Amino acid sequence: MKFTLSWLKDHLDTTASVDQLSTTLSAIGLEVEAIEDAGAKLGAFTVARVVEAKKHPNADKLQVLQVEVAKGQPLMEVVCGAPNARVGMLAVFAPLGTYIPGSNITLEKKPVRGVVSNGMMCSAAELELPDESSGIIDLPATFADKIGQRYVDVMGLNDPVFEVKLTPNRPDCTGVRGIARDLAAAGLGTLKPEPKLGAVEGRDDCPIDIKLEFTADAANACPVFAGRVVTGVTNGPSPAWMQARLKAVGLRPINALVDVTNYISLDRGRPLHVYDADKLKGTVRARLGRPGEKFLGLDGKEHVVDETMCVIADDNGPLGLGGIMGGEASSSTATTTNVLIESAYFAPLRTAATGRKTGLMTDARYRFERGVDPASVMTGLDLATDMIVKFCGGTQTKAKVAGNAPIDQPTIAFEFAHVAKLTGLDLPDSEISKTLTTLGFTINGAPDAAKVTVPTWRPDVHGSADLVEEVVRIAGMDRVPATPLPRLNGVTRAVLTEKQKRARRTRRLLAARGYVEAVTWSFITREAARHFGGGSDALELANPISSELSSMRPGLLPGLLAAVTRNRNRAAADVALFELGQAYRGERPQDQYIGAAGVRAGTARMAGSGRHWDGTAATVTMFDVKADVFAALAALGLDPSKAQITRDAPSWYHPGRSGTLRLGPKTILAHFGEVHPATLTALDVDAPVSAFEIFLDALPPNKTRIKGHLKPDIKGSLTVVLDELQVTSTATVSAKAKPALVASDLLPVKRDFAFIVGKDVAAGDVIKAALNADKLFIQSAIVFDLFDGGQLAADGKVSIAIEVTLQPATETLTDAAIDAIATKIIEEVKKTTGGVIRG
Amino acid sequence: MTSDTTATTPTDLAALTSELTSEVAAATDLVALEAVRVAALGKKGRVSALMGRLGSLPADEKKSFGAAVNALKAAVTAALDARKAELETAALDARLATERADVTLPVRLGPVAEGRVHPVSQVLDEVIEIFADMGFAVAEGPDIETDAMNFDMLNIPAEHPARQDHDTFYFSPGADGSRLLLRTHTSPVQIRTMSTQKPPIRIIAPGRVYRCDSDQTHTPMFHQIEGLVIDETTHMGHLKWVLEEFCKAFFEVDAVKMRFRASHFPFTEPSMEVDIGAEAIGKPGQWLEILGCGMVHPNVLRNCGLDPEKYQGFAFGMGLDRLTMLKYGIPDLRAFFSGDLKWLRHYGFGVLDVPTLGGGLSS
Repeated sequence: MKFTLSWLKDHLDTTASVDQLSTTLSAIGLEVEAIEDAGAKLGAFTVARVVEAKKHPNADKLQVLQVEVAKGQPLMEVVCGAPNARVGMLAVFAPLGTYIPGSNITLEKKPVRGVVSNGMMCSAAELELPDESSGIIDLPATFADKIGQRYVDVMGLNDPVFEVKLTPNRPDCTGVRGIARDLAAAGLGTLKPEPKLGAVEGRDDCPIDIKLEFTADAANACPVFAGRVVTGVTNGPSPAWMQARLKAVGLRPINALVDVTNYISLDRGRPLHVYDADKLKGTVRARLGRPGEKFLGLDGKEHVVDETMCVIADDNGPLGLGGIMGGEASSSTATTTNVLIESAYFAPLRTAATGRKTGLMTDARYRFERGVDPASVMTGLDLATDMIVKFCGGTQTKAKVAGNAPIDQPTIAFEFAHVAKLTGLDLPDSEISKTLTTLGFTINGAPDAAKVTVPTWRPDVHGSADLVEEVVRIAGMDRVPATPLPRLNGVTRAVLTEKQKRARRTRRLLAARGYVEAVTWSFITREAARHFGGGSDALELANPISSELSSMRPGLLPGLLAAVTRNRNRAAADVALFELGQAYRGERPQDQYIGAAGVRAGTARMAGSGRHWDGTAATVTMFDVKADVFAALAALGLDPSKAQITRDAPSWYHPGRSGTLRLGPKTILAHFGEVHPATLTALDVDAPVSAFEIFLDALPPNKTRIKGHLKPDIKGSLTVVLDELQVTSTATVSAKAKPALVASDLLPVKRDFAFIVGKDVAAGDVIKAALNADKLFIQSAIVFDLFDGGQLAADGKVSIAIEVTLQPATETLTDAAIDAIATKIIEEVKKTTGGVIRG
Repeated sequence: MTSDTTATTPTDLAALTSELTSEVAAATDLVALEAVRVAALGKKGRVSALMGRLGSLPADEKKSFGAAVNALKAAVTAALDARKAELETAALDARLATERADVTLPVRLGPVAEGRVHPVSQVLDEVIEIFADMGFAVAEGPDIETDAMNFDMLNIPAEHPARQDHDTFYFSPGADGSRLLLRTHTSPVQIRTMSTQKPPIRIIAPGRVYRCDSDQTHTPMFHQIEGLVIDETTHMGHLKWVLEEFCKAFFEVDAVKMRFRASHFPFTEPSMEVDIGAEAIGKPGQWLEILGCGMVHPNVLRNCGLDPEKYQGFAFGMGLDRLTMLKYGIPDLRAFFSGDLKWLRHYGFGVLDVPTLGGGLSS
């Protein structure tokens, strides 16, 4: 919404400065986006006359001018390069020190090719004004008596233009008068009374019949339509002051009839329409559109209407869309002599829906969809009639009004104390009362039980909280005293849920393993989504920003792999990226899950990547990312060795070099492995990549080490009260206590075993068998060597060497006891894997 | 001297001592020294031979001679030990002199130095730290929402002009004609929280939000953080205090200039927009809009089954990416989602930069 200062002053009696007005407007909710103050910007430029023009002694294209800058003052010598500079010319002069906005320079005293210029003669471009000619501004001779005066004053440019960003709840401020009313309430002047109009009601009846033709369920589409005919008008340009204002706010003046409607729309937030009455046939009616109907709009385009849209029609069919746009066929032109002025009310929601369907954004739609003051139907009609008769002559008829204005002024029960309760700002009753009254509200009753009636132009005010907002925004939000929010606890309690803590911990763990965290789009190409098991219709955006960002991602790997490629294209060969975030198995809330996924490309291993004198990093393998998964689970307090590893990772993993970590058949904790070569090709990745996905939501909850709660005793020390059996210890025990350390002083014994097994036997099974051989003494078993060369390969065998650690509990193990355990290990491995001890 | 066995006088023994210690001193390596030791103290050594004579001496000589030989043995042993230590030290020095590494060779810094946390994650941790101290829990909600949750329940009816400002991403309508959307703000989490939890409520709700908008300063996906406090007494003064305290803590400055302007959001009444004086980020003289907020609209409370006559409170929403850009001087929003290693390494945070109130949010 744009308006000029002088326009505002038509409605507001004020002495406030532009700065004061701007600050107040922003503070009360009418945010000033820009102020174009030509007076401030161009105040230094004055009207001057070229008295003498001679060729510059040292330059062909320059002239040295003698310029009269003020009556009776010595002439100024000015160097000028404009071809149109000539003796006797009236032009615009800028003295030294002036900032030239169009060229972003400040004039300094320095010689131009040896001649000192004491200022500059300016072009329109240099003043950032519309530029219609080359050379310096050439003023008409009638300006001869203006020499020395400010250019902006002479040209009437000295009227600052405000641009205000309106919030959608304030249709009243789509007119300058509404803005003036708010400023008056905020104490920056007083709202001027409505202007007195001449006799606008004519003697004769309106010759055109106006009807509302709606079924009951659509009657609110256009509940009132008022019209008046003015005959014998002469359409021409509107007055200069009106044209200047329209131009200042960015509207092109067209002719008096159109300008009047545009002006009233801006002045009052009251859209109107003017028809050429001679182009209308029969009755003018507001009704819903009919299938197949269309009209040529004022925008020169044909618009198809449907049965949800409110149209204005005559006997020939639709003339235009009510509240949005008139039609070309019935529009007023320079030759129009008889006009019908339309002032109606169109329902906000239907107007908005029609606007959205047709894609038409007009000043009328902007106002009607926000809610035009229904009481302005007649005042708007009268204002327009008055102006048209003044500007174009002619004779007006009586008004013809179909229907009734939907005036519904709610009365709100309001306790003034609600202001303090809701905002903490304690204002005197008198101030509350004055603010509401100035804004047009009517107050009845005492402050503790007032009834407040809402003015017709404020459809946004429904309840007590709305009135509080009116009071506090006018008082100023800055006056609300900051009040400490009471602390809930002396010392802050932890607030994160277990899942939130796990996400945080996983993030730092992965970063600690050398990964760099990326945040990639939640939507990807449909092709990539399909490749990773997604891409269903339900997860496809209807209006994506591009096909690159159209499908909700089924997992985090597509985005990460795309990032790998982008980085490799920028010469970053070894890439370790992870992301922690949401992905979508379906469209329901429970289908959204939190995953952590990582990719290691090239040689981006944890210990380092690329070439190095101390050992060049090898290409990443499945085991790099398996280690990431296990480390992450361990960091979350889970024992990954308790989970099963199966060989059924999804299709985007290498079928032989990937695994799935699961708890039972249904719960999948993670996938890891080399990315399938076909997947890499599909996503344009030109390096081997190993990847993992951890499903954080699937992880089982952490078991509290001691199930119980803390209970302070009389002496103030804490005892742990176990939930099942109550044990109170004399020692102070915390619920966070770690379990007691069980450690033997006896030295552990290590024994090595090498088993020859079939090549498909899993090392994990060999370890499991060894561990199962004796539960009492065997503490751990690790694989320390694998060999599948030579004859073994030919036989389809592999040698797996393990080191088993035995931990004596109470006494040192005898050789015989150790041998007995070793025998059990050999037997157990043979039984479960078929492996034989290597001789 | 012809034979040690005949040398019995103190003078003879002194000469022998001198001779043997000279031999020790003359040994140039450990092998030579061992030969000296064997020749002197070995089973058949000269000192051992003297000891062997003890038995044949008369009783009166035995005592004095024995003492003298023992003294001789001790002197030689001491000389041997000292020389051995000397020779070992020399040998070690000689070895060390050959062992020399280039101390300028570069080393790998290891994964902790390489890894980075995304700036948005880091700032979220910072923000949570601050609000946790004021008693706010962290709530979450889905990205794919219904019209009802994203708009209707928040007092934004269909066709309301406020919806036009949201540039919503929609999914295709289902069989019943209803269509899902990507949430345009984190405010639906307010609804989810108030519908399932009885006041008092203090939450923040961070998350991804989506607008169908893409240019220099807009990305179709970005991060917001919502705040909500509902009880029976919390008012706008508390809201201002919380925001002021947050800004001071977040920007890690003693004072932040703030400007509260009236505004409009369908889900709050009264509503405010908040600007901060850009001094906080070292750009004096400018105002920066950082958030919108207000008292939760009675209709929203009612929609969640809360009686607006009894309950009241505030809500606020701010852009997490924007906060990140402001605090850490990051110029381009679009780079946040590029996965560009150069950018992530430069603007990302180290693993050990865990924000805490006690230790400082940023290190």
